[in-house]
Amino acid sequence: MSRSYTPGLKILARTKISKKRQLPMKGVVHLKIGDKVKPDKVVASTEIPGNVRMVNVANKLNIEPENVPECMLVKLDENISKNQIIAESKGIFGMFKSQLKSPIDGTLTSVSEVTGQAILSEPPIPVEVDAYTSGTITNVEIDEGVTIETEGVLAQGILGIGGENRGILEVVTTSPNDELTAEMIQESHKDKILVGGSFLTMSTFKHAKEMGVSGIISGGFDYLDLSKILGYSLGVAITGSERIGPSLIITEGFGRIGMADRTYKLLSSNAGKFAAINGSTQIRAGVIRPEIIIPNDKVSGDSSDYEEADLAISDGSLIRVIRAPYFGKVGKVRSLPPELTKMESETMVRVAEIEFKDGSIEIIPRANLEMILT
Amino acid sequence: MELRSILATDCGSTTTKAILIELVDGEYRLQVRGEAPTTVEAPFEDVTRGVLNAVGEVEELSGRKLLDGENILTPQNGDEGVDIYVSTSSAGGGLQMMVGGVVKSMTGESAQRAALGAGAIVMDVLASNDGRLYHEKVQRIRQLRPDMILLSGGIDGGTVTHVVELAEILEAANPKPRLGINYKLPVIYAGNNKAAEPVHERLSEITDLITVANIRPTLEEENLQPSRDKIHDLFMEHVMAQAPGYKKLMSWTDAPIMPTPGAVGEIIKKIAKAENIEVVGVDIGGATTDIFSVFQGQFNRTVSANLGMSYSVCNVFAESGFNNVARWVPFDMDEANLTNRIGNKMIRPTTVPQTLEALIIEHAIAREALRLSFEQHKEFAVHLKGVQTERTISDAFEQTSSGETLVNLMKLDMLVGSGGVLSHAPRRHQAARMLIDAFLPEGITQLAVDSIFMMPQLGILSTIHPKAAVEVFEKDCLIRLGTCIAPVGKTKPDQAVLQYEISLPNEKIDGELLFGELKLISAPFEPIRIKLTPGKGLDIGAGKNEALETKVYGGVVGIILDGRGRQPFNLSKEVKKRMQNLYRWSVATNEYPQLEAV
Repeated sequence: MSRSYTPGLKILARTKISKKRQLPMKGVVHLKIGDKVKPDKVVASTEIPGNVRMVNVANKLNIEPENVPECMLVKLDENISKNQIIAESKGIFGMFKSQLKSPIDGTLTSVSEVTGQAILSEPPIPVEVDAYTSGTITNVEIDEGVTIETEGVLAQGILGIGGENRGILEVVTTSPNDELTAEMIQESHKDKILVGGSFLTMSTFKHAKEMGVSGIISGGFDYLDLSKILGYSLGVAITGSERIGPSLIITEGFGRIGMADRTYKLLSSNAGKFAAINGSTQIRAGVIRPEIIIPNDKVSGDSSDYEEADLAISDGSLIRVIRAPYFGKVGKVRSLPPELTKMESETMVRVAEIEFKDGSIEIIPRANLEMILT
Repeated sequence: MELRSILATDCGSTTTKAILIELVDGEYRLQVRGEAPTTVEAPFEDVTRGVLNAVGEVEELSGRKLLDGENILTPQNGDEGVDIYVSTSSAGGGLQMMVGGVVKSMTGESAQRAALGAGAIVMDVLASNDGRLYHEKVQRIRQLRPDMILLSGGIDGGTVTHVVELAEILEAANPKPRLGINYKLPVIYAGNNKAAEPVHERLSEITDLITVANIRPTLEEENLQPSRDKIHDLFMEHVMAQAPGYKKLMSWTDAPIMPTPGAVGEIIKKIAKAENIEVVGVDIGGATTDIFSVFQGQFNRTVSANLGMSYSVCNVFAESGFNNVARWVPFDMDEANLTNRIGNKMIRPTTVPQTLEALIIEHAIAREALRLSFEQHKEFAVHLKGVQTERTISDAFEQTSSGETLVNLMKLDMLVGSGGVLSHAPRRHQAARMLIDAFLPEGITQLAVDSIFMMPQLGILSTIHPKAAVEVFEKDCLIRLGTCIAPVGKTKPDQAVLQYEISLPNEKIDGELLFGELKLISAPFEPIRIKLTPGKGLDIGAGKNEALETKVYGGVVGIILDGRGRQPFNLSKEVKKRMQNLYRWSVATNEYPQLEAV
């Protein structure tokens, strides 16, 4: 029987989830292997260098660069405060001295006799990394971070914006094909993660932001609206660092498109539970998709994940079409003809014969199919 | 000893491609090609897995034993193994660099040229006069985390202060490399020799600093090779050595691994030199578009990092705008619907166009991606800026000056396209039309496409065995599409822009080309005598109003006579008329035979 591998997003009801929590640069890890953590627990921290300010002392004091070091009134690495006099020219016979005040609180990091510049650093900025999900520490990379393992729901979206957020999951539409509208979002949804159906408009998103919603999960969204939220056209799907209020995760794609039944049912069955979501997406080699994690603290050990073979479509597989003209339609594979077939576009491709729910049969490129795992 | 067989791989970010070349009857020819997914990412995290899989496919297809367990058999022994094995790589995001110079348009640009020529992606150019405040530059360096930095600045014996100032910015940023937080960032200093010592004082502790000869020893001279060589060395020693499995791969190859675009540049340079022609090559990928050119013996490469056909397709749309894409589409489109469709291509990059409509939209976007990339290339491929020149009367007529682009479309002899949308277009006619519409070649220009994208492998091969590389390039890599003939100059509607007499092998064709017309004449790839007389005030390559008799080559598409105008080239602003013209041109060039009349 013919088989073909397709891309697929993970929609898993119970799986082992492993999250690396890493510092941006070396620091201190506060936990050890075996420690149990809650999502808000700080697992590692560090200080990143503060902003620097370069001051041209030679110009300010009207002296030659090589004379700058002897005119400095503070030593290297010495703490300085804003408006403190940090350099003074010798003047003429001790008179007509010029002085230079520090523009910031911080330290003096370096002085150059070539350029006449002094580099001042603001105080270091503390950075903390929290656990993001509950679980157990299974690995510690000294000075760098930890790995946390848990069991629970793992669902991936196709694209997200906004970074990590968390809250109680609540389903606000009645079906995966309903639009999430502003009227459905109340004050009681503050700090929650809302599951919608097929679509939401820009004004609904704005309303959710005003209500203090923590995250939104929807089947589709308009590309032009996404550009309005971001303030620029998303040219390359690398996201996660935006500060937009609620994180937004799209599970299917751009346009009005119902959330896959399986995803909607899985999220609905977990309504009322804590969820950690991350909109960060990177669609390049080393793809990162947005994720929804619902940790289950009662570890059973009978978790499941996909094997490579599960992603192979074969006769009878349930699939979804991921490109026009049948975008979003769900059907069953009737056959996988081995020979290359000419499409209307005259492109020669490997195809699948698909029977849709309404009984119609179409020939579709295999590259335009996505496996629905059941 | 003459090489009998060559195995070459290119480890791309998604696919690893392997080719087997053999010496057959005194000629080097491509035998088979295999490919497999690249295995740099989890769960494999070892590039050699993908290489072995791709080579395994070559082994199967050729019936020749190439692997002994997990080793490539070298040298050839009887019918087994190959004499040499070479590889290129762009896996793991390729080589990402930042460069610095004192004056952005002078040493900054020279540093950029050195890095791009070595195959790097230039993330940012720092310069004393780039308009940013010091702390903004420091923040930028910290945020970007390049693989390597090339610092230049000042001519030898020139400014020291500004160069040291740049070093101080780097010192303040204390940059960390992208891969591996336990390593020092490699920094190449290629600036004023008088500033080498103070730069060393500031950077030798916190970075892995290497000093090479100044990139711009005098205003009139650019010396890029020492920096490029050092970039290649460091690419091997630092960047590649950090990538999973590369130490093993490096131990297998018979020549140092090259960054993929660096290798493509090598083959383009070799062809230009061997045939003594002016060449433009383009590789349009899913994420980036690379353009290579050789004009007046000078090689230039640019990477348009976010102009591609899948991962960055939305960026093409964002940069060119809806109207510029729509102008190539012969039917009505709704903007919201179109943007959602393009957005869906970005988030599901491996899908293929099933309908003719989807294919036409992809080809429209490709035209814009190519056009924008070429615009960037023209701005970058220039004569050295800041050069003092004494101008004589004859120079004044030539109109060349410092900073002027080297790209001269009238002098361009050959335009080579490569990358999925061009190499895999269902009809070669479509590839020819995309190249012509995007680059607007002037006068007489040969067109070709890379059949299966093997320019990287041939590029690295050209560094150790130029004969094999050139032979395979000519015979198996290039598909000759034909020649585009386009008169240049202002003209009026319905005016004849060209009279032509073409002596084909079996017949003679003559005729008149009117303004706004496109004509396709089937002709094989062999020398064909042609006489061209441009219309009033127009130039076909011999000067205004001058007739030209020469030889041109046909190809799988043929000779395309393009009377749509150059300098200016304009599409009708009237929507219906524009669509009718697109339809007419499509019919004339056999581009989309199923397209319905507007």
